[in-house]
Amino acid sequence: MASLARRRATDYTVKALSTGFAALSLVLLAWILWTLLARGLPALGPHVFTRITLPPGAGGGLLNAIVGSLIQIGVALIIGTPIGLMCGTFLAENGRNTQVGSAVRFVNDVLLSAPSILIGLFVYQLLVVPFGGFSGWAGSIALAILVIPVVVRTTEDMLNLVPIGLREAAFALGAPQWKVVTMITWRAARAGIVTGILLSLARAAGETAPLLFTSLGNNGWSVSLDAPMASLPIAIYQYAASPFEDWVALAWAGALLITAGVLALNVVSRLVLAKMK
Amino acid sequence: MDATLSGTEATTALKAAHKPTGRISDPIFVGILWGCGLLVLLLLGLIIAMLFEGGLPALREFGISFLWSTSWNPVTEKFGAGVMVFGTVFSAVIAVIVALPLSFGIAFFLTEIAAGPLRRPIGVAIQLLAAIPSIIYGMWGFFIVVPLIAAYVQPPLIEWLGPIPLLGALFQGPPLGAGMLTAGLILALMILPFITAMFVEVLESVPPMLKESAYGVGATTYEVYRNVSVPYGRTAMVGAVMLGLGRALGETMAVTFVIGNATRMSASLFAPGATIASTIANEFPEASIGSLKLQSLMQLGFILFVISFIVLALSRMLVRSKLEG
Repeated sequence: MASLARRRATDYTVKALSTGFAALSLVLLAWILWTLLARGLPALGPHVFTRITLPPGAGGGLLNAIVGSLIQIGVALIIGTPIGLMCGTFLAENGRNTQVGSAVRFVNDVLLSAPSILIGLFVYQLLVVPFGGFSGWAGSIALAILVIPVVVRTTEDMLNLVPIGLREAAFALGAPQWKVVTMITWRAARAGIVTGILLSLARAAGETAPLLFTSLGNNGWSVSLDAPMASLPIAIYQYAASPFEDWVALAWAGALLITAGVLALNVVSRLVLAKMK
Repeated sequence: MDATLSGTEATTALKAAHKPTGRISDPIFVGILWGCGLLVLLLLGLIIAMLFEGGLPALREFGISFLWSTSWNPVTEKFGAGVMVFGTVFSAVIAVIVALPLSFGIAFFLTEIAAGPLRRPIGVAIQLLAAIPSIIYGMWGFFIVVPLIAAYVQPPLIEWLGPIPLLGALFQGPPLGAGMLTAGLILALMILPFITAMFVEVLESVPPMLKESAYGVGATTYEVYRNVSVPYGRTAMVGAVMLGLGRALGETMAVTFVIGNATRMSASLFAPGATIASTIANEFPEASIGSLKLQSLMQLGFILFVISFIVLALSRMLVRSKLEG
């Protein structure tokens, strides 16, 4: 065995290095946020929220992209949340120790980390090709498929935290399962379930790849789900890669908006989750 | 019981009084629960089937050699997945090689070094790296990191390491900034929080008694970490690294911005390349419905799905075996 002095030196070195690594990751996070603020804030004016996307030099904004994003995320949540909630409940209540339950849990974990661009390709094959065009519906459904696994995961985790005794007490009073679930277990886990929905919202809000082949983007004003629909991530993608200064500035403004929203949702969710556990 | 009721009436009344409220609604409710559970299974099946079906014509046209053929020529309509499969694996492996030591260090810091009140905020801040959307990493990489790498990292590396035989092959080409190395570095930063979070979870599940025994015989903090905690959680930690790998393989927007998008094969870290995901994102707009190109892109998607599925499934088996076993 090495001498005590040497072992101590190794210990200090590794500790210093590890602290350095942690500091490095914080610095990189700060660097990204600083870049967004430094480039996004100057570009953020009222025109971003009041004007739609226009040709370069015409002083356009991001109104249609913001509205399009909100609509698609909203529809995605309306479709994805009930399915995710029910599936998570199934895993925690009915499928806990069954083969089907394990299979669903496994598939859900894979879907949770599956490349989001493939969800876009899938919805393209499923909806865009047969129904003859890109549409807000296709974009919403692609986002819904991203929402579901997140909601399933958090719902199951949160329902598992609800004590069995609470359910047994309700069953002993003669309550049917649907009442036990909706009035007892869901209610007990409410904060956690809502947090899961917020996290899924944060995920859907930042996704670009699945929208490329589904809602495509739209430079005009359109709120119809049957037509191609603009979205903030797609507008950022288009504008960031463009050679026009005002478009790039708008891309940074949009990037700042999305990141601020997503990070705020995450911080709030984490605070709630930490309180529950 | 009311004495004026006849026998049959009494039975009916009793049944009505005792009828469980869930006789009809419960099967419906449970049916919905099962339905939603099975829907998720069906979803995965549908995704696999649709991607396979969409790419089938390309597979028919080019045969199984589509998998390793390195030609990608829209003009002559000769397509192969070789370059993209290589780029996908290459960039993801760089990401894991960079992220792994960092995650080991940060997990050590979070579980053993950081003082109580500091630990949570730092842990949450590192997790926020996972929340930043992919496209933001792409923009940051494209506008900030790429120019820095082109100006300060690549020229000295090309000059010093380029002439070395064999190893030098990794450091060839002009200092463009965008390329495999940059993509790998950005990916490393993106998968770092996932790997670290799972490392921390595994390390926290190490029984305190084991660690205390090691401290009792005079081991230093690092020695306990290296010889007790990490070996205890090894299986799940390998799973965590696989999860990071799986995420890196399918990352799209960030990579598209910084990899340079060249469908050429090169062993150099500095050469622009392409991954499956970046190729799909880039070339899709130019592919019309029913074209061979679109079918080839679908086939690429199917290959990516199979690769990610295998990696993610392995990861999950390893992680669950430890945390639940």
